This record gives sequence, structure tokens and C-alpha cells, in this order.
Amino acid sequence: MQIPAAFEYARAESLDHALQLLAEHGEESRVIAGGHSLLPMMKLRIASPEWLIDINDLSELEHITEDGDWLRVGALARHVSLLESDVVAGHFPIVRDAEKTIADPLVRNRGTIGGSLCQADPAEDLSTVCHVLRAELVIRGPNGERTVPMKELHRGPYETSVEPNEILTEIRWPIRARSSSAYTKVERRVGDWATAAAGASVTLGAQGQIEDVAIGLTAVGLDGSTATRSQDAVRGQQPSEDLYAEAGRLAAEDCNPMGDQRGTEAYKRHLADELTRRVLRTAVGRVMSNAGSRG
Amino acid sequence: MQITMTVNGDSVSREVEARVLLVHFLRDVLGLTGTHWGCDTSNCGLCTVLMDGQPVKSCTVLAVMASGHDIRTVEGLAAGGTLDPVQQGFMEEHGLQCGFCTPGMMLTARALLDKNPDPSEEVIREAISGQICRCTGYATIVRSIQWAAAHPAGSSQAETPAADPASTDTAEVSV
Repeated sequence: MQIPAAFEYARAESLDHALQLLAEHGEESRVIAGGHSLLPMMKLRIASPEWLIDINDLSELEHITEDGDWLRVGALARHVSLLESDVVAGHFPIVRDAEKTIADPLVRNRGTIGGSLCQADPAEDLSTVCHVLRAELVIRGPNGERTVPMKELHRGPYETSVEPNEILTEIRWPIRARSSSAYTKVERRVGDWATAAAGASVTLGAQGQIEDVAIGLTAVGLDGSTATRSQDAVRGQQPSEDLYAEAGRLAAEDCNPMGDQRGTEAYKRHLADELTRRVLRTAVGRVMSNAGSRG
Repeated sequence: MQITMTVNGDSVSREVEARVLLVHFLRDVLGLTGTHWGCDTSNCGLCTVLMDGQPVKSCTVLAVMASGHDIRTVEGLAAGGTLDPVQQGFMEEHGLQCGFCTPGMMLTARALLDKNPDPSEEVIREAISGQICRCTGYATIVRSIQWAAAHPAGSSQAETPAADPASTDTAEVSV
């Protein structure tokens, strides 16, 4: 029987209350949201917080709101809400693509986007999605609010720049015209972590060229999850199969996967190549079909 | 600490340690052993219960986190001696062999049909994809859920001969 070590529990009634509880109980306290990463870690004694601060009642952190040029998502938004949101899928189909593959429907009923990002697991899908969408993160602490770009959120595996007395409160994705995105993942079975996965976001220019692009890869040891050389190769070019192939080739070269029970290094490089091509092809196709349906 | 929640329509209050998982609270404190306990790692879905109508894995929810919420277990499926159509479907279509995954499967099916009364086979398979049947009886589980969708409670087709809940309640399937 796996049971966590003993701890004290407090349920926050508001964001300010949660921050106050964190300040009161110090570094040995941890925020719990969906709990589907933290509780398994506590059962295995990989984590042994003295206090759990439960933020599940903070409905002010559950929003999914279009606000001008941004889509603002509360850190407590559940995976199922992101999966089912037509507003999210309309602007950022990459999110629905990824959410379909995250864990399983029951876990998605509990797990949250904020929890996923703060877990900072290198194989976590929404981290790549947020890199690709160039998300900004709103973090609240005792001295107020600060905003950091996604590339500054993770300090390394399982470590973030959210301080022990702070809480990630909101994820913001910039909405851009003539843009779309895609994510695809290879997993051994439902609920598994990615063997490898890729995400891309593209913006097409007036002449149909790829004006801007972001390409991210999951679980293949890419620094910041971003395929920089692939992006540089694609930016400014007309979309073509040859171009996708070149981006894939560079992604396979630049990633640094480890062979494990999910696959050999060579297989994961092959996936980095193939999945990069697929997400670019899909994202570009989506921009074009959006333009067509609006025209 | 003191927790209060609704379990199968009844309000229950108990004093529990914060680290007690909902699955153990239901089984060991309340004696509701119809909720099965399997992998402990939120993989197998045996421990599935409905929390505010949504299926969740109760090995990965603390009992204290469920305080103030509405919990439904397999013991709460049959109403007034009448089986839920999902239970009837599992009987009609042989949806269980060993019965270990059955309570969780039926609760997920109930939540699915509450949300989507006429799901496609693909939607059913997706809904139960977080739960493992080690007898690999998925085909009959899917057919059982389809039977339930075709025979909603209160419809004339649902008027099956009165079943004896004591002999058919899956809570009786011991492990």
C-alpha cells in the first residue's frame, strides 16, 4: 500500500489566503492542485512536504478568457477544460492536439495546466506547447505580481523559477492573425509519457511565406524544448515538403535523446525528424484552410 | 482532521489523518468495498469514483480534498432496488469476467451517459481508456455501455424483470 508520509493540510479560501499560508509555513509547504504528480511523488517519498496548501477551491484561477490579443488561462484550469474549449481550439489547435494525448480522461478531470508546468517534467507536453506559443506566465507572491516568459519558467528538470512563497496564477498565449499550430506525439499506450513529441506554430505572410515559426520537441533532450536551427531554416521561406524535411533533419541532429525503455536514441532521432515534418505540415495546412474558409 | 462529504446521497463526517487517500477512506472507514483498490499509481482506474459527477481515480485524491464534495460509488448506482441501466447492461452483455475493474468501468459509463446519452463506440472507448481490464474484456464492456445507452432509465425498454440487487450488485464481487 502506498501512502504519503504524514503532513499537515490547509485549504486556501482565496489566492491571498494561499499566499499567506505559504508564507506562514515556509519552504516545507507545497501547493497542491490536481495532485496527480505530487501525490504519486509523495507516496514514493520523492517529495515529503510538511504542509500541503490545497488551492482547488480558488475558482478565480479556473478561467479561460479571450482578452484582446491574449488568451488568458487560469493556472487551475483542468486539462479537460482546455481539451473541450472551442475558444482555445479556435486560436491554438496545438492545445487540443496535446491535451488529447495527456494522461487519460480521468487524470485530465483533475490535472491542471499550472500543475503540469510547475512539475517541470522534461517529458511534459504542455511545457512544449507553452514554449511554442511563446506563453507568458503570471506569478503572484507576497510582493505582488510578476510576468515571466516561458523560457524563464524552467530552471531545469523539476525546478522552476516560481519561488517557494509564490504561486503561478495565469498562463497567457498571444493571439496572432494568419497563424495556426499543431502537436503530435508518439506514446507506447494511453497515458504514457511521450517517447517523443513535437509541436509547431506558424504565421504566414501576405505572400504565403512562413513569416514566423516556433518548433518545440518533447522528451528528446532539446535545450528549452526549442529546435532553434529548424526554426531559422524555415523562417522567411515558402512552405514546401523539402522545407519540412530540412527542418526535420536539423531537429534530429540537434536533439539529444537518451535511449531507454521507450526507444533507442536512433529511433527517437527518427521521431524528432518525422514529427517535426508532420507538425509543420499540419500547422501550415491549418492556416491555409482558415484563410480559405474566411475568404 | 474533520471532513464532511456526501457519499451516495448521505452526508458523512469523520475524523481522518490528512494523508488518507479517498479510496481507503471509502473502503476502510466507510466500509464501501465496492470501490476497488489496484495499482496505487493512478494508472489502472480500478478505484474510479464520481466526484461531483466526474470520474476520478480515488487513489490520487486525498480524502480531505474530497471534503465538501459529492462522491458516488458503485454502491450508489442502483436506486430503490432497481439497477442502473449501466449495471443492467453489464449483465445483459456479459461486461464482466473477474469483476475487478467493473465498478470503475460502470461509474465512468454512468458519467459518460449523463453527459452524452448517445455516444459513438469511439467515444466510449476513449472514455474508458484510463481504465484497465486485465481479462481484456473491452469488447463486451463497450457493448454493455451501448446497451445502457439504448435503454435509458425510465424508458419502456428499461422495464426488465425486477432484479434482486443483493445477488447482482457488483459490490458483492469480492476480491
